[in-house]
Amino acid sequence: MDTHLTDDVVGPLPGDYKSDVKPIWCPGCGDYSVLAGITRAMATMGLERKDTVVVSGIGCSSRIPAYTSVYGYHTVHGRSLAVASGVKLARPELNVLIFGGDGDGFSIGGNHFLHACRRNVDMTYIVMDNQVYGMTKGQASPTTEADWCESKLTPEGPGVNPIQPVALALACGANFVARGFSNNPNEVARLIVEGVRHPGFSVIHILSPCVTFRPEQRNWKSTVHPYGREPTDDPNEAMRAVLEDDGFGLGIFLAGNRRPFQPESAATRSIAQIEEGFAV
Amino acid sequence: MTVDSVTIALVGSGGAGAMTAGQMLLDAAANVGWYGLMSRTTGPQIRGGEAAALVRLSPTPVHGPGDRFDLIVAFDWQNVERFAAELPLSDKSVIITDPSQGEVPAVLAASGARQVELPIKELAGRIPSGRVNMVGLGAVAAIVGLPRAGIDAVIQKALGKKGDAAIQASNAGIDAGTKEAAGWNLGLELAAPNKEGATRWNISGNEAAGLGALKGGVKFCAAYPITPATEILEWLAPNLAKTGGKLVQAEDELASIAMCLGASFSGVPSITATAGPGLSLMTECIGLGVASETPVVIVDVQRGGPSTGIPTKSEQSDLNIAVYGLHGDAPHLVVGPTSIADCLFTTQWAVHLAEALQTPAIVLSDQAMGQSRAIVDKPADAPHKANRLLATDLGGEATYKRYANTESGVSPAAIPGMAGGEHTADGLEHAENALPSSQASDHQKQLDKRLRKLTSHDYGDAWADVEGEGEIAVVTWGSATGPSREAVRRLEAAGTKARLVAIRLISPVQPAKLAAALDGVSKVLVVEQTHGAQFHKFLRGHYDLPGAVSVFSRPGPLPIRAREVHETLLSLI
Repeated sequence: MDTHLTDDVVGPLPGDYKSDVKPIWCPGCGDYSVLAGITRAMATMGLERKDTVVVSGIGCSSRIPAYTSVYGYHTVHGRSLAVASGVKLARPELNVLIFGGDGDGFSIGGNHFLHACRRNVDMTYIVMDNQVYGMTKGQASPTTEADWCESKLTPEGPGVNPIQPVALALACGANFVARGFSNNPNEVARLIVEGVRHPGFSVIHILSPCVTFRPEQRNWKSTVHPYGREPTDDPNEAMRAVLEDDGFGLGIFLAGNRRPFQPESAATRSIAQIEEGFAV
Repeated sequence: MTVDSVTIALVGSGGAGAMTAGQMLLDAAANVGWYGLMSRTTGPQIRGGEAAALVRLSPTPVHGPGDRFDLIVAFDWQNVERFAAELPLSDKSVIITDPSQGEVPAVLAASGARQVELPIKELAGRIPSGRVNMVGLGAVAAIVGLPRAGIDAVIQKALGKKGDAAIQASNAGIDAGTKEAAGWNLGLELAAPNKEGATRWNISGNEAAGLGALKGGVKFCAAYPITPATEILEWLAPNLAKTGGKLVQAEDELASIAMCLGASFSGVPSITATAGPGLSLMTECIGLGVASETPVVIVDVQRGGPSTGIPTKSEQSDLNIAVYGLHGDAPHLVVGPTSIADCLFTTQWAVHLAEALQTPAIVLSDQAMGQSRAIVDKPADAPHKANRLLATDLGGEATYKRYANTESGVSPAAIPGMAGGEHTADGLEHAENALPSSQASDHQKQLDKRLRKLTSHDYGDAWADVEGEGEIAVVTWGSATGPSREAVRRLEAAGTKARLVAIRLISPVQPAKLAAALDGVSKVLVVEQTHGAQFHKFLRGHYDLPGAVSVFSRPGPLPIRAREVHETLLSLI
């Protein structure tokens, strides 16, 4: 599969980035549309499959790598950002995307999220937020409302306030922050393309309903709204605006200009020369 | 009359310069042709805590700490009782004590050691910018017969950048100490050095492990600092960069191992280093490395545990977690260097094995090797390199099987950049084509494959150091090897044949090879530095040990000394 070079040549199609594996998701899961958005984005950019690596942790949305036809690494719960950082730092020429959910990214992986944002390695993190642990059958996640009482684990509600992922990403220094909604895969694809093309660490927060454990999220389609401002490159301005947002504004909040982290090295010494330093 | 080994402790609270003096003594001894070993004992304080440089010098290679201290030079006695147990003395020992620092603590004086007064602080005080540690170094030089030329070269190297005044102050201090001690005739003059033989190196175990990683072909390291492993990471940082590799500081050990797996998944040989608490955090991702067949090397520089334990002092008590700490049936490599110099060979070998067998390798070093320096013959070059079996003929669509059930168990790997090899590596159990599977037959097949690739590999002679003959054998590992080797040689020197088996390849086990090494043995002594006799129980679980089996097992921080192993062996004969 070659990428298109001229208008006369047909470029890759979203289907070229899909594997034959049938997703394990429930009918109506928002992640189907996100997957469609991801493959559209890959086709739009004409990413070389051999040079593209997708990394995930554990959870419903973390199953995505096997549903793609690029290189993937389905790792352990919470560590996807660290694994992906190793991929990109060791092989900067690769395209690196990370997929995961709200529990994987903000609870067990919270420390890595903080440091991935501040480290600013050039990769794109797509978080599918459904405000629940779906794979373990419906427990409160770090983005669940304090008074959500539908879990057997916390029948009185989790009792603690949810994290605001976009505000958190900005506070931690992410260089590109956007929010999308799974019902609109074309817009999801556009945000992913923008995120991948923007240098540094890009966080794309995607509201992706869990129709099984949070059926009320079907109503998100009437709750979401355009964020309504032009993207800024000023993190302070973005943060002020995000704090006024209700958590359902869609669009690009920040397209910053921090330099990506990528240590350089070049072989200037032989091991034999280094060894000489130990000689008495 | 000279001695063929002298063991010296330079004692002083942090800031007195005991470590600097010990380092200079070792370097100077190396310059004149002696072998040596310097270990350190410190408290947890960053500055101002109790500290001692423990130096053993000899005309022949030094395998471990001396039986007892022949000489203590104390700049002060601050908090010395905290590690007095690490300073065994006898009535033949000599304590150089500064009367201005008070009496020799009773816990040391009780040994009956000879006490010699030296007004170290007063002598240093007479010299502009004079330092007590240089006066002490000068006294030691006179006592052991260290030629001044050896020290001069060290001073020039250490202080050349600081200018003539610093050099003059140091020289004056050394002269003052030497002048005072010149006529003492304490009977501790070391036999003449032997400069014959190979080039010698002055290296620590942690540096050697770092060098081993480079020589094995490591190009990526993710690092999180932890005592006593940090020096590996600090050594690798500039030296990886100079050789075209990269080191990245991670946010924690969960991230450092995960970053290494990511780099390795991309085809770049990777290493990290840690100690027990960090290894505990890494175990889940090490299991991911096993399941996804992603090579990675983890050097665990063991310290006293559990929990924070004794971070600055040595123990061999991470054996169990290294071998058994992963959940599920997760065969992987565990190797242990048998000396400071062997940290190089064993780490390089671990890189080679991890890459060849596509699985994690844990290198069990310890504080006693990692943070000690030795003068050694330059280690021989080993052929071991990272050489992962890569897939070929990837032309066809979706035909590549990442986890192909090959005869050897090693499946040809595709790495990003190889067209046609696209797949998702997975910690979920999977079929040969890498797709997730919870089927019994796939689980059985992959478990068999991951075990088979380890058990069917030919590890050659490097599985253990096997020395000597006779009906009595010491079976040991890691830093317990040095004193065990010395004890066996003493037995041989007195006319009793004995064997030493120091196991380098802890896992997978090699029953046939150990049985051959112990063929004809009727008595076995297991030597290790743990409280729970972990190594003995490990051996019992996997090997048939011949004849009567005895165990010498003691936790840190007291090092195992050759005298103790020797006396135990004598009691068994």
